[in-house]
Amino acid sequence: MTATATEATAEAPVLTRATPEARRATIIGFVLLGLAVLVFWVFGLGSESGASSTFNLSLPQDTFQGLSWAFPARTVAMVIAFVLAALGVQRIRRTRLRWTNAILGAGLALFVVAFLGWAAAGSSFSLVGMLRSTVIASIVITLGALTGLMCERAGVVNIGIEGQLLTAAFVATILSSAFGTLAGVAGAMLVGGLLGLLLAWLAIRFQVDQIIAGVVINILALGLTSFLASRVLSEAQDLNAPARISSIRVPLLADIPVLGPMFFDHTFFIYVTLILVVVLHFALFRTRWGLRARAVGEHPKAADTLGIDVFRVRYRNVVLGGLIAGFGGAFLALAQIARFEENMTGGIGFIGLAALIFGRWMPFGCLAAGLVFGFSGALAQKVAILGTGIPSEFMLMLPYLATVIVVAGVVGRARAPAADGQPYVKD
Amino acid sequence: MSEPTPPPPPPPSAMDSVAGVGSSALRSLIMPSLALVTALVIGALIIAFSDVDNLPLLFDDPGAALAAMGSEIVAAYRALWIGAVGSVYAVSETLFAATPLILASLGVALGFRAGLFNIGAQGQMLVGAMFAVWAGIYLDLPTPIHVLLAIAAGIVGGMVWGGIAGLLKARTGAHEVITTIMFNFIALYLVQWLLSIPLFQEAGRNNPVSTAIEPTARLGPIFGSTYRVTIGFLIAIAAVFFVHWLLYRSSWGFEFRAIGLNPQAGAYAGMGVATSVTLAMAIAGGLAGIAGANQVMGLAPYKATTALAGSVGFDAITVALLGRSHPFGVLWAALLFGALKAGGRQMQGAAQIPLDLVVVLQALIVIFVAAPALVRAMYRMKGPSEKPAQMTKGWGS
Repeated sequence: MTATATEATAEAPVLTRATPEARRATIIGFVLLGLAVLVFWVFGLGSESGASSTFNLSLPQDTFQGLSWAFPARTVAMVIAFVLAALGVQRIRRTRLRWTNAILGAGLALFVVAFLGWAAAGSSFSLVGMLRSTVIASIVITLGALTGLMCERAGVVNIGIEGQLLTAAFVATILSSAFGTLAGVAGAMLVGGLLGLLLAWLAIRFQVDQIIAGVVINILALGLTSFLASRVLSEAQDLNAPARISSIRVPLLADIPVLGPMFFDHTFFIYVTLILVVVLHFALFRTRWGLRARAVGEHPKAADTLGIDVFRVRYRNVVLGGLIAGFGGAFLALAQIARFEENMTGGIGFIGLAALIFGRWMPFGCLAAGLVFGFSGALAQKVAILGTGIPSEFMLMLPYLATVIVVAGVVGRARAPAADGQPYVKD
Repeated sequence: MSEPTPPPPPPPSAMDSVAGVGSSALRSLIMPSLALVTALVIGALIIAFSDVDNLPLLFDDPGAALAAMGSEIVAAYRALWIGAVGSVYAVSETLFAATPLILASLGVALGFRAGLFNIGAQGQMLVGAMFAVWAGIYLDLPTPIHVLLAIAAGIVGGMVWGGIAGLLKARTGAHEVITTIMFNFIALYLVQWLLSIPLFQEAGRNNPVSTAIEPTARLGPIFGSTYRVTIGFLIAIAAVFFVHWLLYRSSWGFEFRAIGLNPQAGAYAGMGVATSVTLAMAIAGGLAGIAGANQVMGLAPYKATTALAGSVGFDAITVALLGRSHPFGVLWAALLFGALKAGGRQMQGAAQIPLDLVVVLQALIVIFVAAPALVRAMYRMKGPSEKPAQMTKGWGS
């Protein structure tokens, strides 16, 4: 560390103040070099020379059929290794400190391409299929993260996203089976909002530790839904048979190769989620509501002094977040498997929480993190099918590992709103 | 301008006299008892309103419907009681269910005392269990030594897993709530993978199940083979005393508690905050590691699965809260939750009320214990409300 600091001083005196940043660039430089060696050794030398990999770029239902991209796996891996090495050296030399994260992202993307080329060497696989399932898998993760965003930007930590999703999925299943899809979605959002209200009520009115309140909501949701599922749904099977929501093809856009099947041939949940990300970004950073919410999350006392009702802002945000979680739960129950199963969320709410942190408490960050985490899930499935010998469990670990790395500040630090998790006590 | 006269004090209710004058031991029991009673009442309502057969009847023949619901509630709670403490076997089942809860909750409670919210008991249990399973399969030793070594391996596994989170907190400030949640999932996938490689997986299996550990590494029964309580329970009791000694009689424990109350003051007094944080998380993990080891060594068929921790790691948080993070409080709380679990099985078998009701009861109990003002408002109790427990600093600062 000291060596890095002096080196930085020797090169450019301006950098002394940016030592942590310089150190980070060095670490990332070495990571990229390591990836380069790995790509060269395993994916380059490991692929048979001359074997070609084929990525299929169209699905059976697409307008344009038979699109594919075949390339020699070994050559491409070698080129990628070279590029990664060049990026790594450039980072270590640190002629310019900017764009470190973008370069890391690009490097990781190249690494994934080399990996897929190696995994598919001598055969073909559906790249578009994988990207499509990435988008689908990212929806609940993104919605979970946006729920957390709404709460935490106003200073309330929400660990109970998982429970909100699960309860909403349960309610969506029953109401949709009984009264139709619209009732299912509306009921799910309502119950998500009610659980948000419970969280806010415990956290604000009774100043219960917010993490305890969230943990309790998760346990309550799991217990209650499992209890009712085995007591009610097992008796009344017709309440566990909601109509599956069908996809809406966006005219013209869905015909675009690759991007069409990825983004424009889905249930309405996905379009709403994408719009929600944009709306939330605008609302949070360009409106009076957003400024107030952020003020309450960063410095509630200052906000209170300026006449903002801290409690009201917190209640409202946590309930709004609950509505988003409810929408996510409805997606799980009505668009994915169209029935309720005990603990069907299986920890996806916690991936959402991870995506919030990985996305640095920003709406587009949540979406990007959701896509990255969704991709690692889709990759795990593909890797298991392709039979590469790499255990899919390690792919499934990636979102959690990535989050630990981010909170530990190894690759840039994620900074939470300053008053996140602290109850506000009026003097 | 005259001094405003203070309003006359409200006449003390029966509740107040108990809450105000009673001994402190009695007083500390009031809130948990009220929480338990309230949770049971709400549980009864849940049973009644989920009664699909009798709900429609409520409009036609309310009397009969209510009577039917009432008898169902009585049957359920009767079975719960009988299954928890109704016979020697029931008590032994309660102790059996309480064993891992005591151990894992001690870890969570220790963390709370040091100002750390350890949500990672689940992962620490899993990793500890795998270490113990390794020792249980591959070491070839006579009984007492083998058992001790396997438990020691479980402690090491849990300490490593908890210690990493502590080290990250101490060195980088990464919030332990986030890292321990993430480590739970990492542990789950790690164990799932370990159980699919030949080192652990039982021959001829294609699902993640380990080979059974050697008979020499199994925890023997205390009261004969009819009852499932093992020496694990005695180890758990010993752990209660160990944690009590550690927290209140050792200098490490003093540092943990001082840092838990105010890390700045601790640092100013010359305490190694970073070391204490790492150590506290490691010891917490070690305790959960024993709980994990117990789930394989003390329970037929003595094999590890990914579900070995069940919900113990999360129940441990609720038990630690109910026991107010005190070792003896944790013991009583774990016995209560063990009783609920044992009774819940009877309730499921005899009264056809799903076991999950017990999970709901646990969550409700903890809500009421964590929000004493809520209970006070419900029962119109007066008097100064104790400050609700703030365990975490939040991850903003």
